[in-house]
Amino acid sequence: MPSSNTIQLKGVNKVFGEGENRVVAVDDLTLEIAQGEMVTLLGPSGCGKTTTLRMVAGFETPSSGDIYIGGSAVNQVAPNKRDTAMVFQSYGLFPHMTVFENVAYGLKIRKVPRKEMRNRVLEVLELTGLKGLDRRAPQQLSGGQQQRVALSRAIVVQPKVLLFDEPLSNLDAKLRVEMRGELRKLQQRLSITSLYVTHDQEEAMSISDRLCVMHQGKAQHIGNPTEVYARPANRFVADFIGQANFLEGTVERTNGQRVQLRVLNALLDAPLHRGSLAIGDRVEVLVRPEGVDLTDRGRGDMDGVIQFAQYTGARATYEVKLEGGNRLTVESANPQERGLRSQGEVVGVLLHRKSLHVLPKEG
Amino acid sequence: MTVAARPSRFALGRRFLKDPVLWIAVALIFLLVGLFVGFPVYKLLERSLFVNGQFSLQTYADLFQKSYYLRPFFNSLHVGVVTALIGTLVAFVFAYALNRTNVPFKGLFRSVALLPIISPPFLLALAAIFLFGNQGYFTKLLGIDFQIWGFNGLVLTETLSYFPIAFIILEGVLRGIDPALEEAAFNLGGSRLRVFLTVTLPLAVPGLASALLLVFVESLADFGNPMVIGGRYTVLSSEAYFAIQSFNIPRGIALAIMLLVPPLVAFLLQHYWVSRRSRVTVTGKPSSSNLKQVPRVLRVSLTFIVFFLSGIILLFYGMVIFGSLAQAWPFDNTLTLNNYYQALNRAGEHFKDTLLIAGIATPISGILGMIVAFLVVRKRFAAKNLLEFSTMLTFALPGTVVGIGYILAFNRQPLLLTGTALIIGLAFVFRNMPVGVRAGVASLQQIDKSIEEASTNLGAGTTRTFTCITLPMILPAMFAGMAYSFVKCMTAISAVIFLVSGKWQLVTVEILGQIDNGNYSMAAALSTLVILICLGVLAVMWLFVGRSAMERIVGGN
Repeated sequence: MPSSNTIQLKGVNKVFGEGENRVVAVDDLTLEIAQGEMVTLLGPSGCGKTTTLRMVAGFETPSSGDIYIGGSAVNQVAPNKRDTAMVFQSYGLFPHMTVFENVAYGLKIRKVPRKEMRNRVLEVLELTGLKGLDRRAPQQLSGGQQQRVALSRAIVVQPKVLLFDEPLSNLDAKLRVEMRGELRKLQQRLSITSLYVTHDQEEAMSISDRLCVMHQGKAQHIGNPTEVYARPANRFVADFIGQANFLEGTVERTNGQRVQLRVLNALLDAPLHRGSLAIGDRVEVLVRPEGVDLTDRGRGDMDGVIQFAQYTGARATYEVKLEGGNRLTVESANPQERGLRSQGEVVGVLLHRKSLHVLPKEG
Repeated sequence: MTVAARPSRFALGRRFLKDPVLWIAVALIFLLVGLFVGFPVYKLLERSLFVNGQFSLQTYADLFQKSYYLRPFFNSLHVGVVTALIGTLVAFVFAYALNRTNVPFKGLFRSVALLPIISPPFLLALAAIFLFGNQGYFTKLLGIDFQIWGFNGLVLTETLSYFPIAFIILEGVLRGIDPALEEAAFNLGGSRLRVFLTVTLPLAVPGLASALLLVFVESLADFGNPMVIGGRYTVLSSEAYFAIQSFNIPRGIALAIMLLVPPLVAFLLQHYWVSRRSRVTVTGKPSSSNLKQVPRVLRVSLTFIVFFLSGIILLFYGMVIFGSLAQAWPFDNTLTLNNYYQALNRAGEHFKDTLLIAGIATPISGILGMIVAFLVVRKRFAAKNLLEFSTMLTFALPGTVVGIGYILAFNRQPLLLTGTALIIGLAFVFRNMPVGVRAGVASLQQIDKSIEEASTNLGAGTTRTFTCITLPMILPAMFAGMAYSFVKCMTAISAVIFLVSGKWQLVTVEILGQIDNGNYSMAAALSTLVILICLGVLAVMWLFVGRSAMERIVGGN
């Protein structure tokens, strides 16, 4: 596979409607996807992620800005001439064709000789675990199998780029987790440049090289999963990815890399990953539920009361009310060893300094 | 952020180059619809504004003053309104009984209710003469003069002819109302009557309005029944025909204009008012309901009504068959098959011509309908609404108006088509296409558009996607459109009676001629043959669709 199968979006905008009905679906999006990379557009519904994907596929035309596939501009290229292959949310299988015919469709259009076509289709079906099902009608397959047919149909044409439009959203929870692993392995094995769209942050985290978190048409944060999770660019990203607690604080001291904050009555030292802060600035501190330890009263950074406790075996989740009324969700792994806390108990709350993330207060 | 608009000068050209087939198809369809739907109506309006070559509003001044215009106008409206009211009521009783209660023999009643759709428009009038005419069996049996000629006969025959259309609409509406809504109302303690009045009926109101308007339009446009049973009761469609027949072209045009107005008003009402008020939402498959267990009294009375109405329809059809077996009703009632031999001998040419034109027009209107549906549902282009609107408008145009429009529009070079089979075929294609378009649109709206996008994404152009993916999926809709189209070709008369010539004859025109000459038995035999042909072709089509990928599509993902 040539090494130049990249996707580039440069200042892409998409506006629907005019006048009062004008909606900016995608707002000045710039994004580059390297050869073999899997990038996921992640965001709530209506954030512009699907519109972006459809612009890459050619089903929508950017209002302005340019899209490049493999280095050449495709704005004026019809969708059927772009050499992208898409896996649709509802699979889009041809109901009047067998599995074989579905997968062979793209090869037929590319005028691949009969014999080679047959070999390639059967090879792909084997790769996706559909061996022996080639004569079935799509309706005779389970949801997971239909999904695999859609995937087979896309990869068999060896496209420059693969596009995924929430491909797993129609599967049940267990299958979804299983399929995403398979999908990622296959993508890595074939090293196909891929753009993936989902609103499921766990799915996005687990399969992507990089994420592009979108909100109201804008890219909020582009980065690899660990970075987006641990050091989100803003409050929206922090809140959207994983569970987030926010504590308000004031900057007491700063040296550019670390800050000392006053949060409630505690003084906290935290790393500063983004921007610069001055003494006296109001900040929000992101505290992930697993970045908190519960200890005995008076031995933590602050005290709190357990308002609600949920035990699920591998972990326990607590809702802790802090002094001053703030609430904190705390997740404690391995509760058997650490001991379960009970409702009403007064506890000390210890925040892991390393996992704190400081954001300037918005608004 | 500012969105810089691309220079629009080149936008059109670029969009054309991206998908040239689409734009050529759109242009072609616009051209055809413009030429064979818009142009004849335009010609009609243009001619109405000129008297002896001079621009004049005299025609329109006359419309409001001359009784030979006003009388048929109000007669037509009178018959139309009464027929619409009775027809819709009958249709609603039928639809409610068959879909919301447990009356027996539902399949049989439904078939009977749909029977009038596949018969020539004047067949019921013919039956009415056999039954209630001066020599009719009922007239003689009971010794009562029913005054079948004129208003009574028209309302009776048109109600029976057109209530099936209302029935189809209302059945669709009732099926679309989730029984869970009614169950919820029962669950909250409503009585059956209360639930009917507060839930079922309000939800059916837009459907009822549609049905009323449609029956009204059909009744107004009806040509066959007034010709046979109208007597001295003059209505617009037959008067316009007589005017043209006697070469009084201006009067024919004026009457055609009057005939054009009420359906246009009804169409606009339907398009902009009724359809916007439809609250019926299809929420998956309606669950089967236990509400069909209705009280005994209701069940018995509904069964009786439905049974009685079905009996009347069957009686009318039986009468036609019976009449066709008489040597020469009412003078010689000996049973014989002679009329059928005669029919095939003398009218063989008519059957051949009709079948030939129908056989060519039907697939063309079917495929054209699917192409229009595909463009309208799946593609974005300028004036898309106009295209949908104008194809639907065709449906509202009375046949008489179309017929007169066609002879005005296509009687000189370079569009000299009068007297040819082509003009008959064109009239058929463009008059029958809207039903196919509607079926296609409805069908496509049910089909996930990502199926076609997948085809495009894999490299197929518009043509390939349409032929390999779209068309096979909407095949049932195409066959539904074609079935309708074929039946209409076989039974239509109002438009084509203006277009037949010595060279090209149609069966329906021949039947009307036989009735005119008093050869009722012969007319009955010809009509029976037409119905048999329609039933036969419908059966073949049904088999074909049944064997095709229909089931796979129905069970689609």
